[in-house]
Amino acid sequence: MSVERREARQPWILLSPALTAVTLLLFVPLLFILVYSFWLRTATGADQVGFFFDNWQEALTDRFYRDILLNTLKIAAITTIVCALMGYPAAYFIARSRGNKAILLLLLMLPFWISYIIRTMSWINILGVSGALNSILLSLGIIHQPLQMLYNETTVILGLVHFLLPFMILNVFVSLEGIDVTLEDAAHSLGATRWQSFLEVTLPLSLPGLAAGGLLCFVLGAGTYITPLVLGGPRDAMFANLVFEAVITQLNWPLGSALSLMLLAVLGTLVLIYNRYLGMAQLMKGLG
Amino acid sequence: MSSVTLTDIVKRFEAFTAVHKTSLEIPDGAFVTLLGPSGCGKTTTLRMVAGLLDPTEGEILIKGRRVNDVPIHKRNLGLVFQNYALFPHKTIVENVAFGLKYRGVPKEEAKKRVQDALELVQLPGVGERYPKQLSGGQQQRIALARAIVIEPDVLLLDEPLSALDANLREDMRVELKRIQERIGVTTIFVTHDQSEALALSDQIVVMSAGRVEQVGPPEEVYNTPASEFVANFLGASNILPATCVGRDGDSLAFDAEIFGRIAVPAKKAPQVTSDGPAKLVLRAEKLLLTERDAPADGTVTVDATVETVDYQGQAVRYFVRAGEHQLQAINMIDEHPFAEGAPVSIRLRPRDCAALSA
Repeated sequence: MSVERREARQPWILLSPALTAVTLLLFVPLLFILVYSFWLRTATGADQVGFFFDNWQEALTDRFYRDILLNTLKIAAITTIVCALMGYPAAYFIARSRGNKAILLLLLMLPFWISYIIRTMSWINILGVSGALNSILLSLGIIHQPLQMLYNETTVILGLVHFLLPFMILNVFVSLEGIDVTLEDAAHSLGATRWQSFLEVTLPLSLPGLAAGGLLCFVLGAGTYITPLVLGGPRDAMFANLVFEAVITQLNWPLGSALSLMLLAVLGTLVLIYNRYLGMAQLMKGLG
Repeated sequence: MSSVTLTDIVKRFEAFTAVHKTSLEIPDGAFVTLLGPSGCGKTTTLRMVAGLLDPTEGEILIKGRRVNDVPIHKRNLGLVFQNYALFPHKTIVENVAFGLKYRGVPKEEAKKRVQDALELVQLPGVGERYPKQLSGGQQQRIALARAIVIEPDVLLLDEPLSALDANLREDMRVELKRIQERIGVTTIFVTHDQSEALALSDQIVVMSAGRVEQVGPPEEVYNTPASEFVANFLGASNILPATCVGRDGDSLAFDAEIFGRIAVPAKKAPQVTSDGPAKLVLRAEKLLLTERDAPADGTVTVDATVETVDYQGQAVRYFVRAGEHQLQAINMIDEHPFAEGAPVSIRLRPRDCAALSA
């Protein structure tokens, strides 16, 4: 066999275990879900096999689902913006610090050593009626009744920011690392102040990282159901909670399938738009 | 009037002293090179003038104004970096116009000045392109255009040729000198490359380990080195122990072991003020190797044997043994180079020697 042919085959040989796993564990189940979404749940509890559009009609026309979808996108958007505002300065600090970068990055990764669910539940110990914050305020005499701080939209966003901030910081950090520091010196020497140099040079050059971090935060935030389940009130359900409800509580797999495909379509469209304008390469850089 | 004055500046990084107490006067319009190996403090000195570093002690004056507390963006300097540092997301025109924008130069005038600057660096047609679309040499020309278009008080060049290929580097060297002479801007150039320093400078400041070793015009630094370091850093030199045995008019007599007695012009031995031990500096390219039996013609002659031949095309560097000394000699090739092991004579004109105090 010629060297060229061997080299042409090599990537496929190296990729085949991963491709097999993705095919069996992602694409095949997705196909099942697609098929399920056209079945029908009957009053007896058994699923009627067939090709019915009832689930899709309900998912696409019911105002209830549309409102929750819009609310989910709103919460994801707010979370993404908060992450960007909080994450950018932190990423900038890490990228520009000398020597202790590795330690700072390690600290950033530290929360991942604890389960996301436990991290989310830890807010109950902080903000709950008998949580740390209330205890401190009570003992200082600032309040006389415990405050009801949990189970609203704000705590859902708080939990999501807590969960997603490292993803934003990492992505922005990677893009900042790729920017030559002498560029800011050059801008500065030509008459721009430090802040103007940042706005003219560093910020525009780091936008791909910010966009990649933003996409990750948005997609992960919009797809979550644990945070609203743990930290949200009854009216703070996000779209994934509806899927959870349909599949786990009501055992209505066909409807749950249709709903989850709907969410996948919306988020998938966002990813495609991102890919069209910025390309996936930047996102991969941030993950690696 | 001097354009840049450094008075007793010191730069310490915690316990490490990068620049020891240094004073320097750079005249208006001069091309001054800070030359030395890496870690000698040349870049640190440049960065202090630029305002990218604060001196720990001492004063920096630019055009008579103390600038220690003036931030970099108000110093009116043109900076050129080794890696070009062009803004990758801006076109060439936007890059060059950057400094003018922050000086409030009206659009029409800025446009004209940018075009003039691009013509000066001989790249008038690339304005709408992005830096990545240009070669390294072209990018460095644009970086130069960006630095001079603002008509800086001082042009600071931090190893601007080091990232270029050898051929390109020599072209750019000529180009740089032409442009600097045309606009007459005071220029501080940092390099570790002695040939760049010799070719470009009005004055060379040789630095080593955070100290200035010698300041002078290229010929003086080259022919009358003030220290062993300078003698070895600029070109190849042989340093021999010698004894000064007296003065005779304009020359000093030295006893130099195998070379016997050599009369060195006094102006090439300014440090030797009295009889006694000294060091003789023999430039490698001034040691001429000949056949043993060639007639002597008023030169100092010593027998030697070729040990190693370092062939370089138009020239050869020989390592020869003369008595207990190994000496370097760089000779142009006449017909064939000497072979290793060949018996030769070293010839040396006394006026080509220099001497240092011991």
